[in-house]
Amino acid sequence: MADLNTAPAIDAPDDLYAELLAMHEGLSKEESDAANARLILILMNQIADREVLRQAMAAARAPGAETV
Amino acid sequence: MNKVFEIPLYPYARVADQDADTPVRHAVIVVGAGPVGLAAAIDLAQAGHQVVVLDDNDKVSWGSRAVCYAKRPLEILDRLGCGDPMVDKGVIWQRGRVFYDEREVYDFDLLPEEGHRRPAFINLQQYYFEQHLVGRARALEAEGAPIELRGGNRVVSVEQADDGVSLEVDTPDGPYTVRADWVIACDGAASPVRAMMGLDFVGRVFEDNFLIADVVMEAGFPTERWFWFDPPFNRGQSALLHKQPDNVWRIDLQLGWDIDKEEEKKPENVIPRLKSMLGEDAQFELEWVSIYTFQCRRMEKFRHGRVLFAGDAAHQVSPFGARGANSGLQDTDNLCWKLGLVIDGTAPESLLDSYDDERIHGADENILNSTRSTDFITPKSETSRIFRNAVLDLSEHYAFARPLVNSGRLSVPCVYDGSPLNGADALDGGPDRSRPGAPCPDAPLGNGFLLDRLGGGFALLTIDADAPESVEADGIAATRLALTASEDPSGALAERYLGSAPGAVYLIRPDQHVAARWPSWDDAAVKAAIERATGRA
Ligand SMILES: Cc1cc2nc3c(=O)[nH]c(=O)nc-3n(C[C@H](O)[C@H](O)[C@H](O)COP(=O)(O)OP(=O)(O)OC[C@H]3O[C@@H](n4cnc5c(N)ncnc54)[C@H](O)[C@@H]3O)c2cc1C
Repeated sequence: MADLNTAPAIDAPDDLYAELLAMHEGLSKEESDAANARLILILMNQIADREVLRQAMAAARAPGAETV
Repeated sequence: MNKVFEIPLYPYARVADQDADTPVRHAVIVVGAGPVGLAAAIDLAQAGHQVVVLDDNDKVSWGSRAVCYAKRPLEILDRLGCGDPMVDKGVIWQRGRVFYDEREVYDFDLLPEEGHRRPAFINLQQYYFEQHLVGRARALEAEGAPIELRGGNRVVSVEQADDGVSLEVDTPDGPYTVRADWVIACDGAASPVRAMMGLDFVGRVFEDNFLIADVVMEAGFPTERWFWFDPPFNRGQSALLHKQPDNVWRIDLQLGWDIDKEEEKKPENVIPRLKSMLGEDAQFELEWVSIYTFQCRRMEKFRHGRVLFAGDAAHQVSPFGARGANSGLQDTDNLCWKLGLVIDGTAPESLLDSYDDERIHGADENILNSTRSTDFITPKSETSRIFRNAVLDLSEHYAFARPLVNSGRLSVPCVYDGSPLNGADALDGGPDRSRPGAPCPDAPLGNGFLLDRLGGGFALLTIDADAPESVEADGIAATRLALTASEDPSGALAERYLGSAPGAVYLIRPDQHVAARWPSWDDAAVKAAIERATGRA
C-alpha cells in the first residue's frame, strides 16, 4: 500500500507552476473551474492508486488535519 | 544630519577639457556613477584603460534602494578590489520566514554550500555600496590609474560616428563637448542616452505600488528575511521586513494600484501603517520613504555600435529577487574584459556582440524570474489567486508546496549556455555546474580560495593534469594555475571541477566563466578555444 508523497518531487517547480497558470490564461472563472475539474480527473486516472488518492483528498480538504 | 548620501563625494570641478579648442578624446567614457557605472570604470582602470565617468549628480544613491547583494556580485567586487569593506559592513543572513494571514507557514534556511569565500547574501544600503566603489575609484586614481570622476556633468547629447562618439556635456560653468572611442551608458532606468539615441525600452508594467520605508530602530527581530502574504496589518497585500547595517530596517508594503502617492508618503500616513505592523509601542525613526511602481523590460540590443548599455539603462526588473544591481555588475564583468581586448587591438570589435548574446540571455532569465515572483505576490486573476492561496495553505503542512512559494527567487548568476564563445566540453564525467559558459564555483584551497587565485586574465586551471606554465594564441595569453585535488581535503574542488574524471584542464575567461574543458593538455585545442573565446574564430 503506497503512501502519499508530500516531499518536494518536481524538478524546476517554478516552470511547472507557470505552465499550470498558463493553462488558465484567457479563461473565465467558470471555464477555469471546469478545466481544473478535468485536470483532477485526468491526474486521478494517472495516479490510479486508491489509497494514495484518499490521502490526497483528505490533505486537500483539511491540510494538516490528517497525518498523511 | 550627516548621512553619507547627503555629502557630495565627487563635487563638480572645472577640468581642462572644458577649455580645449578642439574636443578632447578619451578611450572610454562611462555615463552614470551608479553602482554599475562605477564598477565598469574600476574594472577598466584596473586593467590600465583610460576612463572618464560623467554624472549629473555628485552624491551616492539617495536612500538605500538596493539592499541585497548576492554571492556572485560579491566575488566580482573581490576582483575589483572592494569586496572586503562591503562584506565587513554588510549584514549576513540566511534564514527567511513566510507568513500567511495571521500564521507563520514555514521558515527556510538558504543553507549556503560550504567552501565558498563569500556568503549567499549580504544586506547593505546602496549608498554604502556606492560609497565603497567611489572609495576604490579614488584609491586607483591615487595610485596613478587612468580613472577620473566628474560630478555635475550632465550628458545632453550623443552623436555617433564610425570611429567614435561625441558627447555634449552640461556643467555649472556651461556646456562642453568631449569625444570617446567607446561609451558605456550606465545612466539608469530612465537612461537619457537611450532616449537621445531614440532606442526602445519595451516590456511589462505592473499595476501596483509599493511603499518602501527604511526605519532606524532598536528591535529585537532576528537577522532574517520576513515576508507576509495577506497579513492583518496590510490586508490583501504583501509585506517584507529585512535588516540592514546600523539598525536600519527595510520595510516594504504593497499598496495596490489606486492610491494617492503623495498622500501615502506623508509621515502621518506612513507611521500608523508601520505601527500596525511593528506594534503600537515600537520606537523608530524614518530614514527614507519612497513609493515605487515597477516594470520588467529590456532593450532589444545592448550594443549600438560604440555605445554599450549596461545595468538599469539596458534592463529593468521588479525588486523581488534582488536582481537589479546584482545583474548590472554581471553586465560590466562580462563587458569590460572584452572591451579591453578590443581597445588593445587583440580582438575584433565583433567580440562585443557576444556581450549582447550573453547578457541578453542573463536579462531574460532575470525578467522571467522576477515576473513570476511578481505574479505570485500579486496574482493576475481569480484563478491564479486561488492557486497561490492553496500553495500557501499547503506549505504550512507539506514540504512539497514550499518550493512553489515565490516571494522572490534570489539572484544567481546565469550560465551562458549556447554562447558563441563557448569551446569544447570534452571532460567526460565533468560536473554539470562547471560546464562551458558557467561561472566558476569557488572552492577552498589551503587557507585561501580558488577564485582569488584565478587572476584578472585568461587562466588555465589544471587539476592533476600536466600543462605548460602559460599558453599564448596570437597575443592573448592564459596563465596556468596548477592544482591537485588533494590540496582541498574537503573534496569540494574535486566535486566541483572533476566529477568522476581523474584530472582536468579548464580554460577560464577573465570574468571567471568557463570557456572550455578537457581531460588533459591539448595544445591545439586550447589555442583554438582561446581564439573562440575572444571572437577570433
Ligand atoms: C526599492 C528598490 C529596491 C531595490 N533592491 C535591490 C536589491 O535588493 N538588489 C539589487 O541588486 N537591486 C535592487 N534594486 C535595483 C537597483 O537599485 C538598481 O538596479 C541599480 O541602482 C542600478 O544601477 P545603475 O548604475 O544601472 O543605475 P542608477 O543607480 O540609476 O545610476 C544611474 C546614474 O546615472 C546618472 N545619470 C542619469 N542621467 C545622466 C546624464 N544625462 N548625464 C550624466 N549622468 C546621468 C544618475 O545621476 C545616476 O547616478 C532596487 C531598486 C529599488 C528602487
